[in-house]
Amino acid sequence: MLAMDYRGPKRVRATQKPMPEIKHPQDAIVRVTRSCICGSDLHLYNGNVPDTRVGMTFGHEFCGIVEEVGSEVTKIKVGDHVLVPFNVACGECHFCKQGMFGNCHESNTQASAVGGIFGYSHTAGGYNGGQAEYARVPYANVGPTVIPEGMDPDDAVLLTDVVPTGYQAAEMAGIQKGDTVVVFGAGPVGIMAARCSWLFGAGRVIIIDKEDYRLEFARNYANCEAYNFEKDMDDPVVFIKKQTDFMGADCVIDAVGAEAAGNAMQTITGRKLLLQAGSATAMHWAINSVKKGGVVSVVGVYGPTDNLIPMGNVLNKGLTIRGNQASVKRLLPRLIEHVQNGVINPKALITHRIPLEEVAEGYRLFSAKLDNCIKPLLVFPSSNI
Amino acid sequence: MENTLRDPQKLPGWGIDANPENDPTYPMREPRMNVSQDPDSKHRPASLQPEDVEVLKSIERPNVSAVFGESSPPVGLSGMIRRFAFKYSESHYGHWLPLLLADRVNVVEGIIEDLGQGKVPNIFAEKGYAAEWKHNRTAFVAKMATIAAVTIGSILILTRDNDKKNKYQY
Ligand SMILES: [Zn+2]
Ligand SMILES: [Zn+2]
Repeated sequence: MLAMDYRGPKRVRATQKPMPEIKHPQDAIVRVTRSCICGSDLHLYNGNVPDTRVGMTFGHEFCGIVEEVGSEVTKIKVGDHVLVPFNVACGECHFCKQGMFGNCHESNTQASAVGGIFGYSHTAGGYNGGQAEYARVPYANVGPTVIPEGMDPDDAVLLTDVVPTGYQAAEMAGIQKGDTVVVFGAGPVGIMAARCSWLFGAGRVIIIDKEDYRLEFARNYANCEAYNFEKDMDDPVVFIKKQTDFMGADCVIDAVGAEAAGNAMQTITGRKLLLQAGSATAMHWAINSVKKGGVVSVVGVYGPTDNLIPMGNVLNKGLTIRGNQASVKRLLPRLIEHVQNGVINPKALITHRIPLEEVAEGYRLFSAKLDNCIKPLLVFPSSNI
Repeated sequence: MENTLRDPQKLPGWGIDANPENDPTYPMREPRMNVSQDPDSKHRPASLQPEDVEVLKSIERPNVSAVFGESSPPVGLSGMIRRFAFKYSESHYGHWLPLLLADRVNVVEGIIEDLGQGKVPNIFAEKGYAAEWKHNRTAFVAKMATIAAVTIGSILILTRDNDKKNKYQY
């Protein structure tokens, strides 16, 4: 089968690889029909996530047709078209029982902090991902969800990560009716977080990024205010204070993570020297621009090593900081409802369709922010759905 | 492209997911079990994936999870460095920095592996430069020209140094 193949920082290709096999009675094998490249794949692509091994296949956002199931799989059957949440979750452990599917304790041997994630380095369990014609899906009774009748698979594939992550970002921000919400990062997740903030009753939503094309997209898609931190302001923290009568935003969402631009020291120590787990610029801005007693919600991906965070201000300001990988499975019923009722229109985020054979160009296009790319979708020679 | 303040109540879906008892800790308000309140907290799935490849284990969890990925078991020198890294906990630089080093070593191993299979990696294609050529040609050409100029410049400097050395050799 054809699969994306990581060869080193900024080097990927499509290679023939062996077919995945059932390894556990609750496994399924899925023939992938849609697979996205995610902004968080770029952390892997750039070589910033420890234990990303040469030969891995990335891809944690995919849907596909069930080809084969293990002996204990009862919830899905061969021929079902399923969307596969990015978390590998057992559904039975202490954490899964509380709906924390993003924190499963039985899906990752190689780290205790993070659960298993498809195609996301050995630090997240060492699973091959869905940027391939076929994928092994463990715990097939838990994650994979049959795509509802009439739902466009383009919408379904975004329910595997982007929509639930954006939604959970807004949920974790503890938005009260009328709150001013600031979102750092106008990538697909930031845009979705801005959109979902309205669902929790925000009174004002502001998104901040440095790419005009992304800001324009966000302004239209999420009905929010959008500002360029390089052009519209000297200092984003002061800018937000000015916008909020010098009080600070009620809630701030960090949808950037370790690839943040905008601070030379952070770039050198974090992104270049890898002495920090990426650049914590967005985190600094978030902590410093939220009001006292406010909430900072973090969905931007940070690496596992140390970050230089203004922890003193977290204390001084009495902040609540919440972050997590989205527990996709917990949120899916509500989000499917929202998609079906037209409250959220996920597929409108997709700007590019790239054949799997051209995966290297897809990664380059997305990471270099070429051709106004918001969200690239990989399409498959073997799939005609 | 103007920023205007919107009347949020006119947006479809505004406020429909707001919880009347919402406070900044939502959804932590949902009942949260202590490990001690959950007699079943050590429960594991009935079947365990057989350990037929080498899986490195975090020292912060005693057993192998019931399923695991086996995309790229540790190999060669990078594998040795990874095994060393897994002697340290996740809260220690001794864990993460060797892993990052192993990743870099692994890249070289990947190239050697390709060559061993008679395949010269097409690095231009793997870096996806075709996309730069298509969508970012001017900047891309300038970047490549800079790299070429620096390379040629370095060669000239190195050669000149050699000439100098030769001058004083009698
Ligand atoms: Zn993703
Ligand atoms: Zn679990």
